[in-house]
Amino acid sequence: MAEKKSVSIYKDAYRRLKRNKPAIFGLIFIIIIVFVAVFAPLLAPADPNKIDLPNRLKPSGSPSRICKNGIYLLGSDEYGRDIFSRLLYGARVSLIIGVVTQLITTVIGIVVGALAGYYGGTIDMITMRVADMLFAFPDLLFYIGMMFALGPGIVNMFIALSVIGWAGKARLVRSQVIYLKETEFVEAAKAQGLSDLRIITKHILPNCMGPIIVSVSIGIPGSILAEAGLSFLGLGILPPTPSWGNMIRSASSYLRIQPWYAVWPGLVLMLTTFAFNLLGDGLRDALDPRLKQ
Amino acid sequence: MIQYIIRRLIFSIPVVIGVTLITFILLNVVPGDPVLEMVGKYADPQTVQQIREQLGLNDPLIIQYLRFVFNAVRGDLGKSFKTGLPVSKMIAEAFPTTLKLALSAYLVAIVIGVSVGIISAVRQYSFFDHSMMIVALAGISAPVFWVAVIAQLIFGLKLGWFPISGYYSLKHMILPAIVLGTRFAASIARYTRSALLDVIRQDYIRTARAKGLSERAVIFIHALKNAMIPVVTILGMQLSGLLTGSILTESVFAIPGLGRLSVWALSERDYPLVQGVVLFTAVIYILGNLIVDISYAFLNPRIRLQ
Repeated sequence: MAEKKSVSIYKDAYRRLKRNKPAIFGLIFIIIIVFVAVFAPLLAPADPNKIDLPNRLKPSGSPSRICKNGIYLLGSDEYGRDIFSRLLYGARVSLIIGVVTQLITTVIGIVVGALAGYYGGTIDMITMRVADMLFAFPDLLFYIGMMFALGPGIVNMFIALSVIGWAGKARLVRSQVIYLKETEFVEAAKAQGLSDLRIITKHILPNCMGPIIVSVSIGIPGSILAEAGLSFLGLGILPPTPSWGNMIRSASSYLRIQPWYAVWPGLVLMLTTFAFNLLGDGLRDALDPRLKQ
Repeated sequence: MIQYIIRRLIFSIPVVIGVTLITFILLNVVPGDPVLEMVGKYADPQTVQQIREQLGLNDPLIIQYLRFVFNAVRGDLGKSFKTGLPVSKMIAEAFPTTLKLALSAYLVAIVIGVSVGIISAVRQYSFFDHSMMIVALAGISAPVFWVAVIAQLIFGLKLGWFPISGYYSLKHMILPAIVLGTRFAASIARYTRSALLDVIRQDYIRTARAKGLSERAVIFIHALKNAMIPVVTILGMQLSGLLTGSILTESVFAIPGLGRLSVWALSERDYPLVQGVVLFTAVIYILGNLIVDISYAFLNPRIRLQ
């Protein structure tokens, strides 16, 4: 019975999501970006790190010696590299940061939140106080401190973003677990003599999935923007690896000569986070119908 | 009320202690030797040892931590490696500029956000509502540093209306404040709208309408006051965004505030300065949240009793 019900909840949510046009637009855009990131080597007209110094900071449409199609679609950067190709490769960095960070924080958050919420007591007290302390930092400031300590690079960025990110997820899961463990179906499971592990994984956590899915879909753009901000400050992904954040950083020195260079990476960055936010909003409405009138 | 404030103050003590601990750990696990950063790689080893002794870097970590906390409590955050000035003095010089930027950004955000939110709620599902909510979501999605760069490009370089860097007059503050403010206006508009929509469905609003009050009186006198409670919370929740947003905005516009100071400290690897700025900002943030919590309790008496 319970199994059947849980399937129908997601089916129901899917049906509601399908009717939400902005959310579907977001989903389609995300699929395109994922496609671009995966197939960047095939789609890019040039090697993103190929330098052609005589052709520095050319406007879009200028002839190019390094692009397969013979022109710089969106112009060239300060080393004569193809901006369009770098944008495509930049999608990889953004998506990897967004997805991996959310994966790490969600796993940690679920484990910590479930333990803290289910058992309460000392575990609960300690983890929630640690979470309070992490929340006492404005997030970017904390990331800045972490990246300063660890040094730039993608792995360090996973660490920096995850150290603070698990806390919000843990709080969310904890509050759900505290509510669910008092419900009748959990009492019934206990009365059947099921182990704690089984109760948590089979009976409580499946019922927390809605809020967790929403928090992930809202968390991904947060992580993507954090990466961009750190790379913009020169603390995240360092050139020559293209990231939308470090492209904007480089471009800001050439506003007078090649203004469009600064426009493109920000525009794709904005559209990507916008798409995730649209989908996140849609998922929230779909999974929690009480919010929508 | 006083009791609530006291309780809230006591609760923030362990958080502040935790923040000092985290800040301290963060900057003591940094690879590389701060003294070498200060004197350069080719310094005489004996001098390096002498400086380490002088700065107390040879003491056990726990002693270093306690010294850091006790000095910080007295307002002594050490001396900057690069300038030799006391860190607290450098922060004191930079902070008013950041505060000015933050307050003007808040002002921009509240004026635009609340008005858009009200119009959207009153005309729910109208063209204005739909388009504004999409614009607001786009505004939340746009990275603040990029918006800043684009604003420089359009209003500074192309149109020439505003200066694009430095801080010498009020005019230098307009563009940064708008850039930082509109970002928060977006989320304030979204929250004002949904809060107002919630309130409009309440019984006392129906009563007010049934009494024959004009729509204007219903919205502005009865509904808005109650809708403002969640909006105040949002203002508080955005404090973090405001502080981090100002770090990015200040670095784009070259405004000599706390954000620029911290970026400079990072690029110079000036350890005491980084530590001081991080700690100071975190404490400001905790204080800000305290003020928000207190004003929230002031607006909503139910909170006080919990």
